[in-house]
Amino acid sequence: MTAAEKRQLAITACKVRMGVITSTHSAKAGHPGGSLSAAELFTYLYFKELNVDPANPKWENRDRFVLSKGHTAPGLYAALALRGFFPVEDLVTLRHIDSYLQGHPNMDTVPGVDMSTGSLGQGISTAAGMAKGGKLLGKDFRVYTLLGDGEIQEGQVWEALMFGAHYALDNLCVIIDNNNLQIDGKVSDVMSPYPIVDKLEAFGYHTIAVDGHSFEELEAAFDSARATKGKPTAIVMQTTKGKGVSYMENNAGWHGKAPNDEECRIALDELKAQLAELEAQ
Amino acid sequence: MAEVKKAAAREGYGNALKKLGEEHSNVVVLDADLAGSTKTAVFGKAFPDRHFNCGIAEANMVCVAAGLASLGLVAYVSSFAMFAAGRAFEQIRNSVGYTHLNVKICASHGGITVGEDGASHQCCEDFALMRAIPGMVVLCPADSVEAEACVRAAYEHEGPVYVRFGRSATPVIHEEGYELTIGKGEVLADGTDVAIIATGIMVPEAVGAAKLLSEQGISARVINMCSIKPLDEELVLKAAKDCGKIVTVEEHSVIGGLGEAVCSLLCEHDPVPVKRIGINDEYGHSGPADALLEEYGLTAKHIAENTAAFVEK
Repeated sequence: MTAAEKRQLAITACKVRMGVITSTHSAKAGHPGGSLSAAELFTYLYFKELNVDPANPKWENRDRFVLSKGHTAPGLYAALALRGFFPVEDLVTLRHIDSYLQGHPNMDTVPGVDMSTGSLGQGISTAAGMAKGGKLLGKDFRVYTLLGDGEIQEGQVWEALMFGAHYALDNLCVIIDNNNLQIDGKVSDVMSPYPIVDKLEAFGYHTIAVDGHSFEELEAAFDSARATKGKPTAIVMQTTKGKGVSYMENNAGWHGKAPNDEECRIALDELKAQLAELEAQ
Repeated sequence: MAEVKKAAAREGYGNALKKLGEEHSNVVVLDADLAGSTKTAVFGKAFPDRHFNCGIAEANMVCVAAGLASLGLVAYVSSFAMFAAGRAFEQIRNSVGYTHLNVKICASHGGITVGEDGASHQCCEDFALMRAIPGMVVLCPADSVEAEACVRAAYEHEGPVYVRFGRSATPVIHEEGYELTIGKGEVLADGTDVAIIATGIMVPEAVGAAKLLSEQGISARVINMCSIKPLDEELVLKAAKDCGKIVTVEEHSVIGGLGEAVCSLLCEHDPVPVKRIGINDEYGHSGPADALLEEYGLTAKHIAENTAAFVEK
């Protein structure tokens, strides 16, 4: 990854964060914390990793992405809009009564959304189904799915992980956003899923731990996932919930709360400063 | 009297799946460690690469099917009714119903005739659960021939379908090659005093009841309502108009199933007295299927007695 490429990705991630703030502010609801922690991931996927065509969102040979932690739709929507799937101006209609941008991803209304999600634990199973189907149909597309670290408390996640390993779905890449916070507090306090990496390895996954805010580490992980045959890959991202907005960072209170006018202004000022710094580089 | 041919609806399911697999390369079948019981193994033997055993993990299986269907495949998902409609209800609601994907949930072992396994496996709530999902088609075939027809009709229908099959061998009342139209009922016997609307394995019992009633001078119309949702509203309303009284019979709770669907329709259009025969808000227990049907009043004799009392009231 060149420095210029890395800088451009960082600029885009900053714009994704701005989209998260403006859309949740406009909606007066939504989930900024986990959207911000995965901003680099959304950016990397849609601007580097995924083989998709915004002009033809239902292209049958496209790579698939399933947002299993569907509540972080603001992050996904911002990345999709910036990638050209729909107008960036529409982001502020999030959750509005007449908007196609539903509170949780809806594949029937939002261009670029490959599966409707929102009920935790189900997205990874649908992704596993897509990966299995891809193999059956002889297609070489890949399937990616993002889960929250709280989400993996759902038993169905482990059913899906078993399925992926049992059928050797090396076209499946499971990503876990380990920001260590869920609604009620630290995941380690609410119901510890740790050790996550060890568990995924024991379930038969090529498992990679990364800094989820480092594009170089994400690139290395996804390159390694693509080169791995005979087993699926799991990428465990260490992240900071609320990353990029000082008062949201590492604060479980910002899991599912929208910024008010003043909070929105502060957040955007911070993000604009980060953007200006990146653009000056 | 000639021996009545009997077969289990799930046998029809297995055979129909295999035929469908021969005709359509986009048919895939998923099972949860019950392939021998649900009869998807018949398909699996013919098309091993298109039959996915998901292990004892019904929630995952339903969503895997949704993922497969999102690629244009038509996914048939099987388990016992208890674990398909029951355990995986929310997965069906959110990943299959809400997405309008081509997933066909074909559940065997519905109702109390599961028998010896007892109440934990006797699902009498599946119609209620599946009817409540927007857009879900709910079918319950009367015999193995209609079961095959359901499998074909489900394939032709764009979107989610739930089909319930029984475990036991029951009388075959349809000719081979019978075709089902979703949303249409079937008049098996005409009558003017009362209409008995039945579904699933209660249909041959209803036919038997009508014969017993005719001996008492009661003329009973018998309607096979395989398509519980959408209901054949025209046929039900006509029966109410012609006969004035309706009896519904189902191997399901009287709450939320065929009986309630019929009552809801009639209440809004043409209120006539309705007698719902089914499981009366209680659990079953272990025992032979025939003995359980006797105990819970789901035989031709019981249906005839209940209907006669209802007509004469």
